[in-house]
Amino acid sequence: MSTISLEPKTLVAENNQVVNESVNFLNHDHSVSSWLLSLDHKRIGILYLVTITLMFLLGGILAGVVRLELLTPKGDFVASDTYNKSFTAHGIIMLFFFLIPSIPAVLGNFVIPLMIGAKDVAFPRLNLLSYYLYLIGGVIALTALLLGGVDTGWTFYTPFSSTYSNSYVSVMAIGLFVVGFSSILTGLNFIITIHRMRCPGLTWFRLPLFIWALYATSVVQLLGTPVIAVTLGLMVVERTLGVGIFDPRLGGDPVLFQHLFWFYSHPAVYIMILPSLGVISEVIATFSRKNLFGYKIMAFSSVSIAVFGFIVWAHHMFTTGMSPYAAMVFSLLTFSVAIPSGIKVFSWLATMYNGSISYETPMIYAFGFLGLFTVGGLTGLFLATLGTDIHLHDTYFVVAHFHYIMVGGAIMGYMAGIHYWWPKITGKLYSQFWGRLSAGIIFIGFNLTFFPQFFLGYLGMPRRYHEYPDEFQVLNVFSTAGSSILAIGYIMPLFYFGHSFFFGEKADDNVYGATTIDWTSTTSPPSPHNFEKTPVVTEEPYHFRLKESAVVSH
Amino acid sequence: MSATNELVKDAGHAHHHKDLAHHFDTLEQQHDANLLGMWAFLLTEVLFFGGLFAAYTIYRYKYSAVFEEASNHLDIKLGALNTVILILSSLTMALAVRCSQTGNGLWTGNWLVLTMVFGFAFLGVKSMEWGHDYKVRLMPGKDFFWWQYAKAAKDMHTHGGGHELPDMKNVKSDTNPELGVKGRQESEQARLFYLLYFCMTSLHALHMIVGFGIITIITYYAYKGAYSPDYYSPVENIGLYWHFVDIVWIFLFPLLYLLGAHLVH
Amino acid sequence: MFDEFKWLPEQASTIAPEVDMLMLFIVVVTVFITAAVSILTIVFAVKFRRKSETYIPAPMHGNVPLEIAWTFIPVLICLVMFSWGVKVYSNIVVPPVDSLDIYAVGRQWMWKVQHPEGQREINTLHVPIGRPVKITITSEDVLHCFSLPAFRVKQDAVPGRYSSLWFEATKVGTYPLYCSEYCGTEHSRMIGKVIVMEENDYQNWLSSGAESGQALQGRKLFAKLQCVTCHTGNAQAKAPNLEGIYRKHIPISHMNGKKMPESTIVYADDAYLRESILYPNAKVASGWESIMPTYQGLVTEEELLQVIAYIKSLNQGQTPPRVDNTPTPAAIQYKNLNNEVK
Repeated sequence: MSTISLEPKTLVAENNQVVNESVNFLNHDHSVSSWLLSLDHKRIGILYLVTITLMFLLGGILAGVVRLELLTPKGDFVASDTYNKSFTAHGIIMLFFFLIPSIPAVLGNFVIPLMIGAKDVAFPRLNLLSYYLYLIGGVIALTALLLGGVDTGWTFYTPFSSTYSNSYVSVMAIGLFVVGFSSILTGLNFIITIHRMRCPGLTWFRLPLFIWALYATSVVQLLGTPVIAVTLGLMVVERTLGVGIFDPRLGGDPVLFQHLFWFYSHPAVYIMILPSLGVISEVIATFSRKNLFGYKIMAFSSVSIAVFGFIVWAHHMFTTGMSPYAAMVFSLLTFSVAIPSGIKVFSWLATMYNGSISYETPMIYAFGFLGLFTVGGLTGLFLATLGTDIHLHDTYFVVAHFHYIMVGGAIMGYMAGIHYWWPKITGKLYSQFWGRLSAGIIFIGFNLTFFPQFFLGYLGMPRRYHEYPDEFQVLNVFSTAGSSILAIGYIMPLFYFGHSFFFGEKADDNVYGATTIDWTSTTSPPSPHNFEKTPVVTEEPYHFRLKESAVVSH
Repeated sequence: MSATNELVKDAGHAHHHKDLAHHFDTLEQQHDANLLGMWAFLLTEVLFFGGLFAAYTIYRYKYSAVFEEASNHLDIKLGALNTVILILSSLTMALAVRCSQTGNGLWTGNWLVLTMVFGFAFLGVKSMEWGHDYKVRLMPGKDFFWWQYAKAAKDMHTHGGGHELPDMKNVKSDTNPELGVKGRQESEQARLFYLLYFCMTSLHALHMIVGFGIITIITYYAYKGAYSPDYYSPVENIGLYWHFVDIVWIFLFPLLYLLGAHLVH
Repeated sequence: MFDEFKWLPEQASTIAPEVDMLMLFIVVVTVFITAAVSILTIVFAVKFRRKSETYIPAPMHGNVPLEIAWTFIPVLICLVMFSWGVKVYSNIVVPPVDSLDIYAVGRQWMWKVQHPEGQREINTLHVPIGRPVKITITSEDVLHCFSLPAFRVKQDAVPGRYSSLWFEATKVGTYPLYCSEYCGTEHSRMIGKVIVMEENDYQNWLSSGAESGQALQGRKLFAKLQCVTCHTGNAQAKAPNLEGIYRKHIPISHMNGKKMPESTIVYADDAYLRESILYPNAKVASGWESIMPTYQGLVTEEELLQVIAYIKSLNQGQTPPRVDNTPTPAAIQYKNLNNEVK
């Protein structure tokens, strides 16, 4: 690790005046290798930020292809195989290369050590390795797409994927195998960091809820991801060797694949949403200037969502011919996840009650999150209920449900987090007007895109159809129109954040008056080693109190 | 700065133990973090192998008779020998860890080398087994050949015939459709057994090979005197890893080799 | 496009109103809670907006009655949803005993439907109104899903096994049949129609252009495939008598080569009959040796359905005579090591 000088840099401006600029993690070394080989968790977080933004754009373009095709009932935009490859690629990229890393790898990496008073994560070299595993996995996956794509759907159901598909399934599976290890190592790193690197006085029940959320997420990443690695491995073995693990003609069981696959992939969706729940807790507390209602219950609810998430996987398989008794058990267990989620929503509302609420962009995203996450979670109940799931399974209702949770929930949480910590990361302010405007556009575009899909699903329109009966066209047109608005909303931040990075006003160390030590005890941007002196925590979090100098709100 | 956080400890770099990484505050914290990290990693490995064990369990129950018959054709003596070898290697590994804790660099290195010797012996025996399986066409690829082999072996045992299996060089493989249908299902089921056998033992062997790489590096540092009572985490961690590899084998051996009535033959 | 537009699907089966009612209940709960959360969000955001930079609200330390209420009321609602869901689900999955049996085989990218009386159709299913119809479903290749939104039922077509769904149509008309499990290139085109007819019209349709019945075809196969060689139905038979075997309880001595306890009994349903033909060793009837050859690869799924239909129809004393001079087909002969035919 190169030594870093903490001496203030001396700059000479054009008029020969000497300007002192304090050293922070962004400016202390500008060389390419100091970025690409950095062991600094903050820089690694930025590397992830850049890469996943590119992945998001790619996934978004693929979504555009899908929605454009669905404007008309006939398959007249792209060929059938192209469409099938497009929705497959959209799913794989958005889930594995955007959503799963998003908050943990970007915000988690950046914020966790700052929030617990540590100088870095427990294993900085492992952290860098995680990033490169992600990058290599991404390159392999993109190679699979460029070679010709995969047409199995992101779920890779057998025997189609193991025996019948002529696309580049094995290459893609290898890419996912590699990126899975990135996820496992990140989770491992965070768990040890949170266990062992908290500063003095920071007991478990003084941890900010963002840390609890990431802890629960990391446990799921650690335990669930190896199973999908082995499952994809077995599928590739079947493809290459022609053995019958999942092929019934050779004595195998196609439904076994589904069990193994969903054993990971259901907890995976909790990897995607739990961090967002943590971000929203931070945002609502800070912008209501009030302690989070029911702190301990909130912490436990994150952990219980993670635990329950492991025992409900077969609710994706109610129509496979499984035993009705097993179906009833899984249905009941699935309802159990709804309770902690509901408690969280009510607790956030209770936090806002009697608070002092300001309308910065992160809070606007949090408002949107409350509504959209509620809809997403409640529509899950339709699918947990056996009597209705039979009708709704594999229809657009399911598509609408999971987009409400993953986009309306997880991505809104991610956006809230980026907007919240941007001044801390860059030391610059961004335009609140444009931030709030794009949040509003995203909210409107999102609802217009996905709300009609609930009706489409109830009418019976199956998933993964690129041609459909005429009666479904009206709702599909609304949906596509909404997606164009959504796209605009997502592109806008590129502009105002770009402007902020180069020309933005300088941000104070604690712009919003938060109470967590990432805001109170570090500069914006933080210095390379985070803290001048190790902080000591003496109180529960979210303890707002009046300060001598009023905090400047922005 | 907030009034809630008093700044007490100086996080300066002045007095720094040579083995203390800069992001840790104390050696104890570093040791605890490394240990917990390795346990967490081993937990993921349990789930990694667990997926294969799950698939194996399901098919073991579904096709019990063929799985038992197939298991009989694995060499139980070599398997038992390997088990003993691996347990001995765990012993030498534990001794290496103990030596590193007392700062005995020479014997840390020596015990680690001995561990690798046992490990290589294990892989040697395994290669012999696989070589034999390849020769009798039990590799689960296109050339897999079960039914007539099993029938012949059964004939050999029951009729007390010669010890030579019939010459199978010119007999087509089971996947060849011309061969006929009788036993083809059994053949597929047996092929599944061998596939799971090779997948699980290959994954195990791969873990051993990765282990060799890491042990080599640690042995080098041990001989250089890098480990002391203050800092022996790398040896302790590779010890944990090696014991895990051993435990996986302890599960694999009975599940793969000891099905069915071996002793009856 | 506005001509065909609909908000809600038709209710064309007895179970559809039950499903819709349950759906309505969950919709009401969803709308209520969403509205409450949204309204409270907006109201709180406005009412408690920041009016002064120097005002810090008093911290709130929990409210036990409120927390108990917002935990247990959702638990109650979830339990109601769950139980109601199970009730509807049990009506969906348990077909009435006297259902009309129809068979559907999915393959890339079409549905092949067979009626017991012999009518075959592609991508169309004619059914009578007012009678329970049970569709037994399988696939020849990859996963498909037989989906009937107007009847609110669907079931995956899994290769290598049978699954089933049932419905009783309540309205004459034409309704869509979709494949709702992604199955490859032409998944979107695997669309068909269900045509519900009055009973008389259905009978007329059946008799017009109907081929000889399924069971009759099955009888021909029973002879051609030499089943009749061993299952002769007389005292010298080498294999169990199949007369009246359907839906009986059969004592089993071995499963896949493994000896089973004395009391092991299986139920001889369609899946059992299919399994016994393809995997004769899976369940060996007590008192018989396991010498039956397998027919895997020698019969298609459609032929299997025909043979099974025949066996189901076989009553006392009806086993056909074996014709003695018919040679055993080469494919199911035993071959010893010297490739001699036994």
